[in-house]
This record gives sequence, C-alpha cells and structure tokens, in this order.
Amino acid sequence: MSNIAKAFENGKAFVPFITCGDPDLETTAKCVVEMQKAGAALIELGIPFSDPTAEGPVIMEASLRALEAGCTTDKVFEMVRKLRTEMGVTVPMVFMTYANVVFSYGIERFCQKASEAGIDGMILPDVPFEEKDEFDGICKNYGLDLISLIAPTSEERIAMIAKEASGFIYIVSSLGVTGVRSEITTDIPSIVASVRAASDTPCAIGFGISTPEQAQKMSQSADGVIVGSAIVKLVAQYGKDAPEHVGEYVKSMVDAIK
Amino acid sequence: MPESKGRFGRHGGQYIPETLMNAIIELEEAYNHYKDDPEFNKELTELLNDYAGRPSNLYFAKKMTKDLGGAKIYLKREDLNHTGSHKINNVLGQALLAKKMGKTRLIAETGAGQHGVATATAAALFGMECVVFMGKVDTERQALNVYRMKLLGADVVPVTSGTATLKDAVSECMREWTTRIDDTHYCLGSVMGPHPFPTIVRDFQAVISRESKAQVLEKEGRLPDYVLACCGGGSNAIGSFYHYIEEEGVNLIGCEAAGRGIDTFETAATINTGRIGIFHGMKSYFCQDEYGQIAPVYSISAGLDYPGIGPEHAMLHDSGRAQYVAVTDEEAVNAFEYLSKTEGIIPAIESAHAVAHAMKLAPTLPKDKIMIITISGRGDKDCAAIARYRGENINE
Ligand SMILES: Cc1ncc(COP(=O)(O)O)c(C=O)c1O
Repeated sequence: MSNIAKAFENGKAFVPFITCGDPDLETTAKCVVEMQKAGAALIELGIPFSDPTAEGPVIMEASLRALEAGCTTDKVFEMVRKLRTEMGVTVPMVFMTYANVVFSYGIERFCQKASEAGIDGMILPDVPFEEKDEFDGICKNYGLDLISLIAPTSEERIAMIAKEASGFIYIVSSLGVTGVRSEITTDIPSIVASVRAASDTPCAIGFGISTPEQAQKMSQSADGVIVGSAIVKLVAQYGKDAPEHVGEYVKSMVDAIK
Repeated sequence: MPESKGRFGRHGGQYIPETLMNAIIELEEAYNHYKDDPEFNKELTELLNDYAGRPSNLYFAKKMTKDLGGAKIYLKREDLNHTGSHKINNVLGQALLAKKMGKTRLIAETGAGQHGVATATAAALFGMECVVFMGKVDTERQALNVYRMKLLGADVVPVTSGTATLKDAVSECMREWTTRIDDTHYCLGSVMGPHPFPTIVRDFQAVISRESKAQVLEKEGRLPDYVLACCGGGSNAIGSFYHYIEEEGVNLIGCEAAGRGIDTFETAATINTGRIGIFHGMKSYFCQDEYGQIAPVYSISAGLDYPGIGPEHAMLHDSGRAQYVAVTDEEAVNAFEYLSKTEGIIPAIESAHAVAHAMKLAPTLPKDKIMIITISGRGDKDCAAIARYRGENINE
C-alpha cells in the first residue's frame, strides 16, 4: 500500500493545500510543519504555475505572487528535501501543479527529483484520464501515485477512472474552479457510491470547502476533506506570520471531522 | 502508449480538467454527427453565402505586383466578410452546431475583438445569450470592437488576470465553461485548445482554401506557388493552407508576430522562439521559460498576441511542410500603410504581418510565380492604435 493510502487509515483524513513560495518558501515550510502538528493526514503542495486554468482568484493570485517572489520548481524540490531531512515532516505529501510544469521539466526528471526529495504523489488537474498514460507510467516507476479526479459531471466515466486510480481519488465537489463557496449542492453521496462500486481507493472531497461545518458534513460521505483556498487566503492575510494561524485553522478542521 | 484523441503528430490532445471532459465528448459526438449531415451543411452554406457574403474575392493586386516587381500577387479577401474578418466562418459553423446541440448561450474569448464581434453577431442572429471575455489591455486598444459587441447585445467581461491579454481571456473562458456547462457552448476562436476544437475550427475555416483553389485555377489555370497568412492561434492560416497541404509544389508560409523582435522578450513568435509544452488543452509550441511558466508575450496586434499556436501548425512545422516566419511591429505597420496606399485596402494589423512578409519575398521571385496572401480582416479597428504608434492621437 502506498504512503498516501495509509494516510486514510486512521479515521477521516484532513488534507490541507498550500501554494509554495507565497510569500516565500521559508513560510511555506513552516506552515507545512504546523499542518502536520495540527493533525493533517496528507499535505498538498502547490507548485505555482503562471496560468492555472482550474483555479479561482485566491490560488491564482497566490501562484502569481509566488512566481513574482522567485519561486521555482527546483527551489520547491529543495524545500521538500529540507522538510523531510531537517524539519521532521513525515506525513505523505503530494504535488499539485499543471501539466506543463512537469512536462517542460522533463516528466522523468521531474518524477525522479520529486521522489528523491520525498514526495508521494502528484495531482495534475489538466491531465484527464485520456491523457494520463504519458505521466502515470513514469510516476509509478518512481513510486509516485498520480491522483485521479472525479467531477460532478463525470457520471458514466466514474467507474473507468476509479478502476485505475491509485493513492486516493479527488472528488471535485462543485462545478467551476477552486475557491470558497457558501453552499455545495452536488449530490456527493451518490458520486461516492459510484466510486465505491468500482474501487477501494479512498475518496477525498475538495473545492469550495472552508468552514468546519462544511468539512464535517462532507466527511460523512467520504474518507477525507481537502481545503485549499481558505488556507491560501490565511497566508495572503498574515504573510510571514501565517504558520501559527494556518496551524490553528487546520486544527479546527481536523477536530471538526474527527 | 495508447495515443489519445485529436493528435497532430505528437501535438494536440485533450489536456483539460475532468469537469469538462463530458462536454468535450458531447461536442465531438455532435460534430461527427453533423459535419456530414446534408441539412446542416445546407444551412451553413446558406449562412455563409447569404449572410456572411461568401465566397470572398480572390483579387489580383496589380499595383502591388508591379511595384514589388516579382511574383504575381493575389489577395484572398476575408476582410470583405460580414463583421470584417475570417472569424465569422468558424463562428457561424459553431453557433449552428451549438444550436443543434440545444445550447442557448455562447461564450468566447477575443483578442483583437474580431472573434468576439463575430460571436456576438451569430448570437444575435440565433437569439442566443453571449458573453465575451477580453483582456483589459485589449479592451483599451480595441475599444471600437468592444462597443460593437455591446451593440450586438453581448456582455463583454474585461479580464484583469495575468497579462490581461488573449491568453488570459482564453483561461477565463475555460474557467467560466467549467462553471456553466449545461446551456453553454464555448465558441473557441482559433485552431487551438483541446480536441475537437482544432479540427472543428480548421474544417470551418477550410472554406478559405477550398474557394481560393477553385478561384486561382479559374484565373490562372494552375495552383499558386506560395500561400501566405498571418498566424496567431492559426485559424486563418490553416484555413488558407488546408486544401494545398497535399499539393507539394505549394509553399505554405505562416507569419508570426515578432513584436519588437525575436531576439527581445517582447515578442509573440511562438514557433520562432517557443518550445514544446502543454497549455490551454493542447500539446504544441509555447513561449515559456525554463520551468514551463508561460511567457508574457507582446505584439502590436492584439489578435496575434498569444503565447501558443495550434497543434496542426506545430505538426506542419515539425514535418517542414509549412514554414513559419516572424514579422516585427514596425514591418507590419509599414505593410498596413503600404497596402492602404497601394491597393486602397486597409488590412487588419494581423493580416498586415502576412503582407509584410510578402513585401520581402515577392521581389525575390520571378514574375511567373503566383502568390496568394490571405487578408484575414479589415483594418478599421486598428486605425487609432496605428495612429498612436506613429505618434498621432485621433479620437475614435
Ligand atoms: C483579422 C484577424 N486576423 C488574424 C487573427 C489571428 O487569429 P488566427 O491566427 O486564428 O487566424 C485575428 C484574431 O483576432 C484577427 O482578428
């Protein structure tokens, strides 16, 4: 079993996301440490991309700030290496980035470096099932899970996607892009039921979740809950002082889904 | 490795979020059904002829030919189409398809505003809702077209993210489409994006070379030696090339926007300065940095100011079947003025990039060579910006 799958073995998993390099990589690293302390089961590290087409304004702006501040793929690898070797981070970590960041680096070279640094998997929102082979084979060679996404519009595609999924399955809660939403109207339980019929891979729900109440509700139908924009917003608000606030927030979410 | 759908050599594909996959599959199925449907094609032909004014003329540019002193030059006059550019060819096709699919709302990106105007026009004609996304920078340099779109009943949304130009407008359209799929068709304006768009748009633009081939055969009794077109995403270029691709003697030349020069950072010449990547749903060539971050491109022409190029062009470049040259702002502005004064035709600044290359190439060729330049659009929309470029301020 992969490290990622193990993250879902101890009750409901809380999965925080953070954009690397906003405001700087030292702050990102400290936030990751706080996330682990607060009980995060798995951490998503966003490698910033100039044109993140699946992202709403919060993460898009954070990505642009990070690039502006000089964040690069190589610097993110270095941060991950430090988290693993010097900062005591042991929870599984996955990269979330866009196809071109991986492709232009060289898929093989990217996977090798990610794996050496201590990454467990990758989420590429612009690589659907039809295009995954180009990435997936190489990921597997380096022990990385390429995470599959399922959307409210996936319908009859769910079984096909779930059958080949590894690590966990990312269930997109709503239409549209990432961002905080006041209400989630998708029939999540029925999507999860279709996934369960085809696969034992754990499911986590993301997109739009921000409050402990939403997390609590979502966690009832799945194995985990993913939160991005709400955390990235905290980082935008508190800058270098963010780690403490991010830790508190993650703790409140972890407690809510216990 | 199994090849995914919609490949042009190693380019193309469908690199889009899962949320859009079923919409894209639905579009592909609908297109495959209607593209050979006699009723659909009859309706489309009627629209193209009676509404858009096709066929467009193949005009012998006698004065220009004489002045340049080399190859015999013909202009394929897409500027004479209703709404003033080739964009209407694709839009009427896609809008009709969207209507057959039961969609009631069109969204579109636009750079120069020509595709936005064409989409707003088709939406007005078909009684559909229309929202056009346009980079804030472009709404300023193409103010006239913003007004035209609003007049036609469309909502124009200025996009402020990123470089606030065409690429950001495309990104914003993709975001909007993932939010609202059921009633909405994304009317993509060039031969780019995820499969099936590069194929659909190419097929609808292929009318350009279908006509020009018949026209040149009638006028000259033979095929041309050169076909030139400007190339942003590449829709007028692929339309101009398509029916000549199999004709080996016909040289195909795409003219990219070099902006201030391909040795500067202020350029949009994708094939000349980019490398292979994955963006906006497709694998193709893109202007990008060493880490794959998309480069902020620049051209005086809002319609060519895009960091990528359609996957079929990327393939034609790889195979050497077509050649892609870079034309600077200065050369394009000179050509804009030259064609206006020489032939009494004010070309779009995009099209002026093709004219500029012809001005370099034609004098080097013998008089018995034949060249067709696609004038993809008319230049009224550009007059204020060109005046500004020349240091003159006019009120539109
Ligand atoms: C007149 C004209 N020509 C050319 C283009 C470039 O697009 P493409 O390369 O798809 O033909 C545009 C785009 O806005 C345009 O308005």
